[in-house]
Amino acid sequence: MSQVLDAPPPTPAPAAGAPGEDLAALAARHGLSVSGARPTLSAYVRQLWARRHFIGAFATAKLTAQYSQAKLGQLWQVMTPLLNAAVYYVIFGVLMQTKRGVPDYVPFLVTGVFVWTFTQSSIMAGTRAISGNLGLVRALHFPRAALPVSFCLQQLQQLLFSMAALVVILLAFGVPPAPSWLLAAPVLVLQFVFNAGVSLIMARVGAKIPDIAQLMPFLLRTWMYASGVMFSIDRMVSAQSDLPSWLGTLLQANPAAVYIDLMRFALIDSFGGSHLPPHVWAVATGWALLAGIGGFLYFWKAEETYGRG
Amino acid sequence: MADLTGRTGERVPTVPTVPTVVVDGIDVVYRVGGTGAGRGSATAALHRMLRRPKTGKASGVRRVHAVRDVSFVAHRGEAIGLIGTNGSGKSTLLKAVAGLLPVERGRIYTDGRPSLLGVNAALMNDLTGERNVHLGGLAMGMSRAQVKEGYQEIVDFSGINEKGDFITLPMRTYSSGMAARLRFSIAAAKDHDVLLVDEALATGDRSFQKRSERRIRELRERAGTVFLVSHSNKSIRDTCERVLWLEHGELRMDGPTEDVLKEYERFTGGPDRTAPRPKPAPRPKAAPTASP
Repeated sequence: MSQVLDAPPPTPAPAAGAPGEDLAALAARHGLSVSGARPTLSAYVRQLWARRHFIGAFATAKLTAQYSQAKLGQLWQVMTPLLNAAVYYVIFGVLMQTKRGVPDYVPFLVTGVFVWTFTQSSIMAGTRAISGNLGLVRALHFPRAALPVSFCLQQLQQLLFSMAALVVILLAFGVPPAPSWLLAAPVLVLQFVFNAGVSLIMARVGAKIPDIAQLMPFLLRTWMYASGVMFSIDRMVSAQSDLPSWLGTLLQANPAAVYIDLMRFALIDSFGGSHLPPHVWAVATGWALLAGIGGFLYFWKAEETYGRG
Repeated sequence: MADLTGRTGERVPTVPTVPTVVVDGIDVVYRVGGTGAGRGSATAALHRMLRRPKTGKASGVRRVHAVRDVSFVAHRGEAIGLIGTNGSGKSTLLKAVAGLLPVERGRIYTDGRPSLLGVNAALMNDLTGERNVHLGGLAMGMSRAQVKEGYQEIVDFSGINEKGDFITLPMRTYSSGMAARLRFSIAAAKDHDVLLVDEALATGDRSFQKRSERRIRELRERAGTVFLVSHSNKSIRDTCERVLWLEHGELRMDGPTEDVLKEYERFTGGPDRTAPRPKPAPRPKAAPTASP
């Protein structure tokens, strides 16, 4: 390549013999559009909707690819959450005999862990959705929001397998099936919208600053301990009277805690409505809409910049 | 394969006057983290961060100026070759034209949506060929019905099933040639307004190469404009009437194929000489290695 520098420079290319303004005018005259420009919000929503099959297929493909090398194959989709639950059962149920004043502690704990894992892995996957898939972003046209949404959908599918395992655990611990189990569906929908919104936000941040992916596990763990995965927030708030009331309200309004407690309320009969904070469904819907719409707008605002390494 | 999108492919070869792609003074800059100044121990990195928090090199991010001030106009019915030595910015320019890489400066105007012929990134090695055909088709923006309709043609074109039922095996079990054939077949299953082809003709065995060249010509007949990146001067001569020569990200020449190729061959050391050029290349001016 050394000749490259030494070779006499040939005549520079005649840039179509026109200065910049003329090229722009030429493009305008023939009705050409700017390549890689951000579509309008309504066009973006339409594009995303048109790609719904890709979003679904991509999520399922990722999920399937996960265990395709294992001998037991897709059986691991159910085995993994069951084994997870078994570990918690051994540690908290058998070794430590933890109750923390909660009846049906093991179902309580396992529900919390599964529901929390859904939010946690959605956000982690969202953080890497753009920065970890630059090859895809630089190879094909599609609304980039398809990636974080698809990753959240993958986690939702994963959670559905976990829920199947959870039903087995609930029955094994003598929790009777009840019509309230149907409430799990709206909770999952709301939680999915919330997760997708936060993932979209984190995807944009992660695309700009990949380092955030190193920081997220710590933030998420802190969030987990504040979300009552292993204890009842309601009990803690009422037991510790010295806790400032605003802190109690804050803990109870925490979206992760709201979704976890709603799921417990739906599935575990001993976890009655008295354990739920006031206006819980409104809070759950509010968080979903706030994160969902806000996250989508925030992500769309930078649509044309994704792909720069 | 020909009527996947149901468009009639009648393009009358016209005098090239209608512009389809206008590139107006663009610059593309990659930012690469974790190189050069990022070397050294963690404490050294911390020290650098504390001392000069924001300036480019000090934060361990290097800017690679891949395309500089390139302008050209492509017209309907043209097939344009892109040539240049390795790392001269050809693929980057193509991706910028496709709207897949944000430009630092300048504007690119296009008629319709230029598509890169390539679907590799959407495919997953752990899935069967069959599922990858579906996934790839959907990723390129085909509808489910279009994928279903085109499925058999894609499989037949790839010739994957010629030696047995391989399409139902995971792609990781394919030989590299088989995988490349399937990838090309998926990518070529869709029609495009402006088609960008990056070194796609060199995959597979002789018979597949012939088939894929024919397919590229078909695509070109239906596309408004074709860009072709290649290191094979022969395939450039066969397909293109105009050539852009990039060197160090700058447009060095733009003109009829023969004129540009003659200059280029002189520059790279004679026609058809594949003697290895001295490889440890001198550092490009824009991206000097940082010395901490």
